[in-house]
Amino acid sequence: MSVFGQSVTRLEDAPLVRGQGAFAADIDFPRQLHMRVVRAEMAHARLLSVDVAPALALPGVVAAWSAADVQGVPPIPFRATKVRGLEPYCQPILARDRVRYVGEPVAVIFAEDAAMAEDAADLVLVDLEELPALLDAAAPPGDFDGARDTEPTIVRKAYGDVDAAFREAAHVVALDLSIGRHSGVPMETRGAIARYDAAMDVLELHGTAKKQHWNRDEIARLLGRAPSSVHLFEGHVGGGFGVRGELYPEDLLVCLAALRLGRPVKWIEDRREHLVATNHSREQRHRIRAAVDAQGQILGIDNVFFHDQGGYIRTHGARVADMSAGLLLGPYRVPAYRVAGHFRLTNKTPAATYRSPGRFEGSFVRERLMDAIAARCGIDRLAVRQRNFVGVAEMPYARPLDALGTDVVLDSGDYALLLDKALARFGWDARQADVARRRAAGECVGLGLGFFVEKSGLGPSDGVRLTVDATGAVELVTGAASVGQGVETVLAQIAAAALGVEYRRVRVLHGRTDRIEFGSGAHASRVTVMSGSATHQAGLALAALAKATAAAMLQAPADSLTIEAGVVRRAEGAGGASVTLGEVARALAPGSALSRERATPGLTVESWFHSDHMTYPYGVQMAQVAIDRGTGTVKVEHYLCAYDVGRAVNPMLVEGQIVGGFAQGLGGALYEAFRYDERGQPLSTTFADYLMPTIAEMPPLDVLVTEDAPSPLNPIGVKGAGEGGTNAVGAAIASAVDDALGGRGLVTTLPITPRDVLRMLGT
Amino acid sequence: MSEHAVTLRVNGIAHRLQLPARRSLADALRDGCGLTGTHLGCEHGVCGACTVLLDGVPVRACLMLAVQAEGAEIRTVEGLAQGATLHPLQQAFIDHHALQCGFCTPGFLMLAVAMLEEDPDMPEAEMVHRLSSNLCRCTGYANILKAVQAAAAAMAR
Repeated sequence: MSVFGQSVTRLEDAPLVRGQGAFAADIDFPRQLHMRVVRAEMAHARLLSVDVAPALALPGVVAAWSAADVQGVPPIPFRATKVRGLEPYCQPILARDRVRYVGEPVAVIFAEDAAMAEDAADLVLVDLEELPALLDAAAPPGDFDGARDTEPTIVRKAYGDVDAAFREAAHVVALDLSIGRHSGVPMETRGAIARYDAAMDVLELHGTAKKQHWNRDEIARLLGRAPSSVHLFEGHVGGGFGVRGELYPEDLLVCLAALRLGRPVKWIEDRREHLVATNHSREQRHRIRAAVDAQGQILGIDNVFFHDQGGYIRTHGARVADMSAGLLLGPYRVPAYRVAGHFRLTNKTPAATYRSPGRFEGSFVRERLMDAIAARCGIDRLAVRQRNFVGVAEMPYARPLDALGTDVVLDSGDYALLLDKALARFGWDARQADVARRRAAGECVGLGLGFFVEKSGLGPSDGVRLTVDATGAVELVTGAASVGQGVETVLAQIAAAALGVEYRRVRVLHGRTDRIEFGSGAHASRVTVMSGSATHQAGLALAALAKATAAAMLQAPADSLTIEAGVVRRAEGAGGASVTLGEVARALAPGSALSRERATPGLTVESWFHSDHMTYPYGVQMAQVAIDRGTGTVKVEHYLCAYDVGRAVNPMLVEGQIVGGFAQGLGGALYEAFRYDERGQPLSTTFADYLMPTIAEMPPLDVLVTEDAPSPLNPIGVKGAGEGGTNAVGAAIASAVDDALGGRGLVTTLPITPRDVLRMLGT
Repeated sequence: MSEHAVTLRVNGIAHRLQLPARRSLADALRDGCGLTGTHLGCEHGVCGACTVLLDGVPVRACLMLAVQAEGAEIRTVEGLAQGATLHPLQQAFIDHHALQCGFCTPGFLMLAVAMLEEDPDMPEAEMVHRLSSNLCRCTGYANILKAVQAAAAAMAR
């Protein structure tokens, strides 16, 4: 039986359960210095002066810098899209002239140990003149730098005749909806350890994640080095979720210090820093209108939204706003659409992607709209969705829209089928009857749902190198990265199935720029699709090479051979001569007769997979909630995540992604928010203030993984599984809470706090 | 800052350390004893990634000074396996996919070890209550509970 599709245990786990992981803080080099960042304590202020002299006077302090010491280093760049004019809004590695959020790096200390560096940081004198803090992205833009305002761009997309749709509409449904500011908040904070190897003239950065190759290229460019003289290394990564592994000021600062000071430099973020310095996400306000006919059929949608980017533009540029605009419509047929996304800076921590970026927000907005359309037209919430679904016969379905620079073409899907399966699994009708009975008895209970289309497998390309050594051990080198999601296991399963070896024989190397020249890392649920497809191709190609070589060794036609458990033998019967893959590798050693017929010796191949389009998994989530009228507490009594992933390489890992993703969505729906006071001081700076779900908040959760719509865009039919658990949690819980409150459309804001619920109960 | 001579007994081995009074137990275990399996997730006692056992009781190693731990029997994740044989909880975490990134895992393992040593027949509600003292950001907890229940069953056999 092929290991592709099997719920095998993970290759990653053994060192992790033994405490033998190599997380950023676990990495040490001899003679290393420790870096501590001095951060702005006002949200918006003129930076009058920074005096590091008192810190330098402390024994053990080796160096201390402010902006004046790093003049030559350009600001942190962003990955370009077609949106122009963002450069002036990028973040310098140390604040110049103004500080724009609490937590912005203003100065850095380098000392012999971490505690000394922290002591010295307290002595740095930062003179600030406070300016008014802009905290509402929907308010009129303010001044950015005297020459520009705080709206770098407006993301506009449109097709069809929107005005005509609204003229012809039987009903116009208008909503004003807000999503709170929350983020990935992995359990491991960021860390960066740089060292310069003068003997080899190589700058190394350790503790990296997610985007090693792009970061390598940018670090090299910003520091004026050849990319081949900079290498990034990935150990264990304690959660990514979009925020970890982006290029931040601290990454550049440790690299610069390692070069200048001639000693390794280590920086480990503390949790308070993390909550004010690592990317935030999500915060948007949407004013959306839908034109519908009397039966609830959508004629057109017009949306204006405000994206709160925080103090600077970071590595994602305007991508989250772009995705919000380009992917809003989800599974529905919308004949005319117009969107204007106001991408605006405020005086909060800079924002970027967090698991299901733009889609968690968009699904909340779209599904609130669908509920409102149903209510306005007097039709059932399920019927309004079924009526507007893109049909299975319309696939692939091209929308005249783009997102992330690719055309939005829904590759495959049977949305109505998944809804039917989910309704049956959830027991929607029985629960409806139960809810009605409990309401009659005085309880405040409700059901809700959110249907969504995710996106995954962002191209354009990914390659792997697959090699069998002389002992038969298999090494897969990939430019993908691991943030803890099981990349090693999944790629090993794909390679093992294609090649014909046991998956535990495959060692997967990732996140290292010194082992593979190109890579795209781990983001956008891309690894299984892109690197997985490249791995599949490589496995087949390596199997073909092994058979061709073994054919010469065994004096048998190549097409009569099979490979099983690392042994090449004749297909018919287990008897007869055979060779192991290790023996085949030895027969291809440099100088051997067989190797001379090939461009390169060794049992090795490199394979690249290219894709111009994303693949679109889809799902529906359903919630049953009960509200405590006394406290306003929302209790999720039952929850279903249904998700079609095309094909599941490892169903156990797919379910793990969905359950974990759900928990993060639950946080964004009910608990998590970065709050600020009126002067822009952050109020959520510990885990006692920023409330993430514990096991006690987890509801009974059912997961339905289906494989009804394999992707036609890749040879293994897969779609990414990483973000579907998170996508519609805000949507489904809002729908259920609203239903419990009488289905009046009162729920317009996430997270839904007990205070909000008490207010709504009183209306 | 004056240094203190401290002997920490960790997983049955004595470590003689020189450290300042302000050094946390977690930092001393990691930097002084080289036991980096104890992780720091928040350093303010909420996330539980640094959970170790002090005389059999789970404590937050980030909230305790190393000098306070002198004389106690300290157990960390590195002490769970007996050579090649994993502790039943470690095996159950692997079998039930109770970890993804693995950063919180040592803390959860030590928390669960104390739970099952205290009450091998712990009811599910009590397990959930105890496990709610640590944070995990990857798994959504469902498989952690399954793993602890499976380990409890395996240890009862």
